[in-house]
Amino acid sequence: MKNILIIGATSAIAQACARYWLQHSNDCHFVLTGRDQQKLAAIQSDLQIRGAVAVDCLPFDLADESGRASLLERVEQLMPQLDRVLVAPGSLPDQQRCQTDESYAAQAFQLNANAIVLLLERLAGKLEQQRSGKLIVISSVAGDRGRMSNYFYGAAKAAVTTFCSGLMMRLQKAEVSVSIVKPGFVRTPMTADLELPEKLVATPEQVARVIVDGAEKCRSVIYAPGFWLLIMTIIKLIPNFVFRRLSL
Amino acid sequence: MKIESWGRYPKLPQKGLFPDWQQQIAAMLNAASDGRFLPFGNGRSYGDVCLAESGQVLVSRGLDRFIKLDREQGFVRVEAGLTLGEILAVIVPLGWFLPVVPGTRLATVGGAIGNDVHGKNHHVRGTFGCHVRRLWLWREGQLLECSPAVNNELFRATIGGLGLTGIIVEAELALMPVQNGQIDTVTHRFDRLEEFFSLAQQYDVSYEYGVAWIDCVSRGSQRGRGVYFAGNHARYRSEIDIQQRQLNFPLTPPVSLVNSLSLKAFNEFYWHTKPAHPKAGRASYLSYFFPLDGILHWNRMYGRAGFQQYQCVIPLANSEAAMAEMLESISASGSGSFLAVLKQCGEVESPGLLSFPLHGTSLALDFPNGRKLGRLFQRLDDITRAADGRLYPAKDAHMTAADFQQAYPQWQQLEALRDPAICSHFWRRVSA
Ligand SMILES: Cc1cc2nc3c(=O)[nH]c(=O)nc-3n(C[C@H](O)[C@H](O)[C@H](O)COP(=O)(O)OP(=O)(O)OC[C@H]3O[C@@H](n4cnc5c(N)ncnc54)[C@H](O)[C@@H]3O)c2cc1C
Ligand SMILES: NC(=O)c1ccc[n+]([C@@H]2O[C@H](COP(=O)([O-])OP(=O)(O)OC[C@H]3O[C@@H](n4cnc5c(N)ncnc54)[C@H](OP(=O)(O)O)[C@@H]3O)[C@@H](O)[C@H]2O)c1
Repeated sequence: MKNILIIGATSAIAQACARYWLQHSNDCHFVLTGRDQQKLAAIQSDLQIRGAVAVDCLPFDLADESGRASLLERVEQLMPQLDRVLVAPGSLPDQQRCQTDESYAAQAFQLNANAIVLLLERLAGKLEQQRSGKLIVISSVAGDRGRMSNYFYGAAKAAVTTFCSGLMMRLQKAEVSVSIVKPGFVRTPMTADLELPEKLVATPEQVARVIVDGAEKCRSVIYAPGFWLLIMTIIKLIPNFVFRRLSL
Repeated sequence: MKIESWGRYPKLPQKGLFPDWQQQIAAMLNAASDGRFLPFGNGRSYGDVCLAESGQVLVSRGLDRFIKLDREQGFVRVEAGLTLGEILAVIVPLGWFLPVVPGTRLATVGGAIGNDVHGKNHHVRGTFGCHVRRLWLWREGQLLECSPAVNNELFRATIGGLGLTGIIVEAELALMPVQNGQIDTVTHRFDRLEEFFSLAQQYDVSYEYGVAWIDCVSRGSQRGRGVYFAGNHARYRSEIDIQQRQLNFPLTPPVSLVNSLSLKAFNEFYWHTKPAHPKAGRASYLSYFFPLDGILHWNRMYGRAGFQQYQCVIPLANSEAAMAEMLESISASGSGSFLAVLKQCGEVESPGLLSFPLHGTSLALDFPNGRKLGRLFQRLDDITRAADGRLYPAKDAHMTAADFQQAYPQWQQLEALRDPAICSHFWRRVSA
């Protein structure tokens, strides 16, 4: 049996990953965490009908510190050993508002960076103790280089990416793999209000395939879809005297 | 992810709203420019029935969760964006099947209800709508349950309602039991059109499914020759992998034709590859029902201009003569069709107000878009009209308002129940 813990299970990308796992093994047990119980219940029945052996839901708000402290114990009761841990939560704050509204900016940064890395630290301890498992963390291409259109979001994701890079080295010793996922544009509720360049937009299903396949192969960095590796390599190579004149 | 219809004609730019949760719908529509829209499933309709007059569609494909599966009574409750193929993938291994499936598994539940689609077993099970137990409709800011017991008027208007009554967000579908996912088939070649009618009559008695490929190019003594495919859910299961074997009808024509063979040569070839005597076989449900789905984006082979399908149904009393006339016109026009499909529709009534099938014969043909097409379609429309037949909105991009209103006199009832924020390009055209 494959024991899969999904933090932020209401994410469209996370849901697609869960379904993709189910297509490949008929003995998955899921523990889903999230804020919205109604949505979690909908995902629970969906995954059960799609063939999951068991699906448990845990109410959990990433922003709530005390919840974070007790999370692992609650998970432990439902799922003593974790084979896969997918960490999906994230929110895309309005950059303009971040520039003028400090408490809004702080809240977004707090969620996308602080709360995520502190949770990751707790999860890492557990996985290290297990000496087995795979940790999959959704960061973003936005963390590869700060851009004027979303540097609050990008900086928070960069923190997650850098953090995971260190975690990867530490957990290697315990034979736990860490995969940092960097999606490009994906059609999900997070991007529902944005005008995205049609040709570059992927569906959650496409991205999920790349994520799960990559994680199973213990890839450290997963661009999803893969062509974003090329795009981001080019973007990173642009010298600053040119880059600062662009309007990206 | 460009939003267009399957025929890629007419070309009407569309902007999409993509909810993943029912809870998002209200906010999305409020934020949208003027709130006018059309529900959109997966764009497997050929013409403009799935294109919004306002240029804004609400794509329900992202609402794709299973809600409940009752294995005892055999029904499933799902969100409307799930495709029929996704449902089959889950229920077939459990011994259930959808009572009605169209020729593509990529249609969504919302789209299948919106067009009240039919399958190769219309004479036994009627349309998709006959097996919808309940549905939940998002309409003017409210979620309404509709069934024969509650909101029956709206229920009937929504089945075959072309998306006009509101957004179907969930539906409860009755299932039918099967032993396994395989189909026992009989392939029976015939030499002329009249034989199609006698074969259909003969096979319909003991076979659940029946459809024929027809050679619409040949003339004279060979006019209306074709191949009849009968099928039943298999009682016993083959262990061998039968996935590939059935990849011959009607999927091969497009590809080989694109490669070089002319249509005439292809049809000649195809007909001759079929055994002269009826032959039994076994196929997977995927290859039997959805042969075209094996080629992703096969609609692209018609190039940028796209293509149109002509699908009509003619009442039984007139069908043999009308079909002969149509085939004559098509072969004379020289604008050939790769895919031509004949099937008999039965008497089972749909609850749907504007359901397409009639007790009679349905003919469906694809045509690459071209200048000559207008004249041929006019000729075919004349024949359909004279024979008291009608065209299928799901496939249509040309029907006149007069023909539509004549053939679907109930249209005004649907117009009265239409959500005023919703209108398709098709509806604007035919309700004028
Ligand atoms: C290869 C192929 C074979 C086919 N074979 C058959 C066949 O054998 N028999 C047959 O009947 N049809 C057949 N069709 C046509 C197809 O089944 C129908 O057009 C079907 O409606 C497509 O479903 P969709 O989800 O793509 O809906 P769309 O094409 O996106 O929409 C169809 C209609 O339903 C409405 N709609 C969609 N979703 C919703 C919703 N959530 N709420 C309310 N309204 C909604 C739309 O407004 C539109 O009017 C075939 C099509 C193809 C491409
Ligand atoms: N979509 C893209 O284009 C894209 C690109 C690059 C990276 N990503 C990353 O991919 C991950 C998944 O996002 P998605 O695209 O699948 O979007 P999504 O469907 O909107 O999911 C976002 C997830 O984050 C959670 N979340 C949002 N705000 C929260 C908050 N304040 N407190 C706690 N949880 C919160 C949501 O939970 P609720 O349901 O409770 O709100 C949900 O589980 C995110 O980390 C995102 O940054 C997405």
